[in-house]
Amino acid sequence: MNLHNFLYGVYPYIALSVFLLGSLLRFDREQYTWKSDSSQLLSKANMRLGSNLFHVGIIAIFFGHAVGLLTPHSWFQSLGVSDMAHQMVAIWAGSIFGVMCLIGGVILWIRRMFNARVSAASRGSDKFILTWLLITLIIGLSTIPVSIGHANHGNPGVMIALAEWVQSIVYFRPNPALLDSVDTIFKVHLFFGMTVFLVFPFTRMVHVWSAPFGYVSRPYQVVRTKRKL
Amino acid sequence: MKVRAQFAFVFNLDKCIGCHTCSVTCKNVWTNRKGVEYAWFNNVESKPGVGYPKQWENQDIWNGGWELKNGKLELKSGSRTNKLLNIFANPDMPEIDDYYEPFTYNYAHLKNAPLSEATPTARPISQITGESMEKITWGPNWEDDLAGEYSKRSKDKNMDNIQKEMYGQFENTFHMYLPRICNHCLNASCVAACPSGSIYKREEDGIVLVDQDKCRGWRMCVSSCPYKKVFYNWESGKAEKCVGCYPRVESGMPTVCSESCVGRIRYNGIMLYDADRIEEFASMEDTQDLYEAQRSIFLDPNDPEVIKAARAEGINEDWLDAARKSPIWKMVMDWKIAFPIHPEFRTLPMVWYVPPLSPVQSQIDQGNLPVGPDGAIPVAGAMRLPVQYLANLLTAGKEAPIESALNKLIAMRSYQRSIHVEGVVDTRAIDAAGLSEDQAKEMYRYLAIANYEDRFVIPTGHTEETLDDSFGFQGQNGFTFGNDTSHGVSKITLFPRRRKDTVEPKEEAPNS
Repeated sequence: MNLHNFLYGVYPYIALSVFLLGSLLRFDREQYTWKSDSSQLLSKANMRLGSNLFHVGIIAIFFGHAVGLLTPHSWFQSLGVSDMAHQMVAIWAGSIFGVMCLIGGVILWIRRMFNARVSAASRGSDKFILTWLLITLIIGLSTIPVSIGHANHGNPGVMIALAEWVQSIVYFRPNPALLDSVDTIFKVHLFFGMTVFLVFPFTRMVHVWSAPFGYVSRPYQVVRTKRKL
Repeated sequence: MKVRAQFAFVFNLDKCIGCHTCSVTCKNVWTNRKGVEYAWFNNVESKPGVGYPKQWENQDIWNGGWELKNGKLELKSGSRTNKLLNIFANPDMPEIDDYYEPFTYNYAHLKNAPLSEATPTARPISQITGESMEKITWGPNWEDDLAGEYSKRSKDKNMDNIQKEMYGQFENTFHMYLPRICNHCLNASCVAACPSGSIYKREEDGIVLVDQDKCRGWRMCVSSCPYKKVFYNWESGKAEKCVGCYPRVESGMPTVCSESCVGRIRYNGIMLYDADRIEEFASMEDTQDLYEAQRSIFLDPNDPEVIKAARAEGINEDWLDAARKSPIWKMVMDWKIAFPIHPEFRTLPMVWYVPPLSPVQSQIDQGNLPVGPDGAIPVAGAMRLPVQYLANLLTAGKEAPIESALNKLIAMRSYQRSIHVEGVVDTRAIDAAGLSEDQAKEMYRYLAIANYEDRFVIPTGHTEETLDDSFGFQGQNGFTFGNDTSHGVSKITLFPRRRKDTVEPKEEAPNS
């Protein structure tokens, strides 16, 4: 097995297994550490701008990837979405939300690294994950000119290959060969992206699992009883 | 009618000497840990002053508590959806500097410093960064005993409709202490604002707690509590607040702050209330009606209907008995001398305050001020503290109930004075204040003598009813079958490790 086959045939499964099992174990055993780990108390400056841009951007990017890559090709076709239209939406949405996320991320990164209080209260994993996400994002953004090049030649082949590769992983039919014709920059982005999943359970990223949508329908007052009911 | 019991407090401000024993004992028990060095579950403020954190009472800044929106009770900081939209950066979140940057001193340097011309100094060290601090510019009690400029102190929200200039003059200065803890509100806005649902009120005693495992650190409770008594532990990333010393209370003991109170100003007891009517009473149109509304939510533990309903809810006989002997009931309901702090926040707080008297004794002695019929005891209107100020603090600005309470406190003194000094019972003052002789005597016993048994009427939590095997529970706190009290034996952990040490000077003190 060569490195290519390992990275795009085995590594995804390692990353996903650690992501799911690690999250489960941490939730089960170490729930006290399960938190967003906000540092807003220590420094408010630029938090509203930075944090909102970063989060809105990254959430949009996540769902963009999920829908764009996991929807079977045939579904897009039956919905009347042409490959070129798909690629243009991906390029535009990716650019807009990617830049939003980048601006917010850089604001947060500067704060995390250079604000004395925030930096002192940060764990190594906090600094690592933010830096790693930013690198992943920057590599992701640098794929856009390549994609525009493909689009200008009317060639959606790379996009379709990437989607098929992701689906091959999800359907447990890993096929690293699908990535043979894909530009290197995409592959590097894939590696960085998969690694985010790998380290996810060991960082503050776990707060993603706890997005509190239930709050919307919850009664305001919460009362707990010790009585045996 | 849904009867619930509430563990409640009254603080008799008339006797608070501002010694901070409550704050220090509380700190030593609950917040001497990393991440909460800046947090004081109990603090004592000098009033007038902006307080801790700065301007906490001014909800134009913090948007804490509730308000009526189109007649409907709603969090002032916005709806549930609004909260979720602001979850990435809470716009109302205080910053550490609004409290103060926690600091310690490099004491070891005093012993370790090499020989030098100048005396070595212990420089302040930030407990967040561990670095030296140039200058400490704010602290947990910066305005102690009216320290600082009047222009800054008088930004106190309670001074709003008071002629500030007048009280800025030295001769007219007034001062009082305001000890504060979590109010364990009946309509708690921290509970309502928590997106994860981790803050809850205990059904048995109404103590409000944060589930540390369930808290995700969304920070909405910190800003939504109008008293700013929920704190964000910047180390653990969890919200922490006054726990009402529940392990003590469950054993029938008063809270640490109450137990250690030198002036015996704190009273702990049980109040029964109707949980079905919380929303109704918190939604009064006029904020000045909220004090009376909250009084009417309490249920008379001598009323057979209430007793029947309480038993149906599973409230124990000793709790009903404690409710009948409650010092809180006497002061809140019988004598009407205790008031909720800032009822206009609509949280129905359960720490009530007896307003302080502030006689200008030298002026009275010189005959410059009006006195009561006994010729020695001053009248409510001629005190140092403007009644309006107390009213802004305790009754949303309504002066009549405060004045009535002050008059009762004065009348009780006048009555006792006639007995002990003149030797002749003079009931003119208590008659005028609407007190009977029995009430005046009881008030004297509770307020002046303040015996331990009268101050603290606390029934035990009935663990024998809530646990299958309460004897088996013995000793469980030290060694459990989970990992909640152990830190494991492995030095290596993949998950973020808890850093338990607070920042102390890096330089070790030499062993003597």
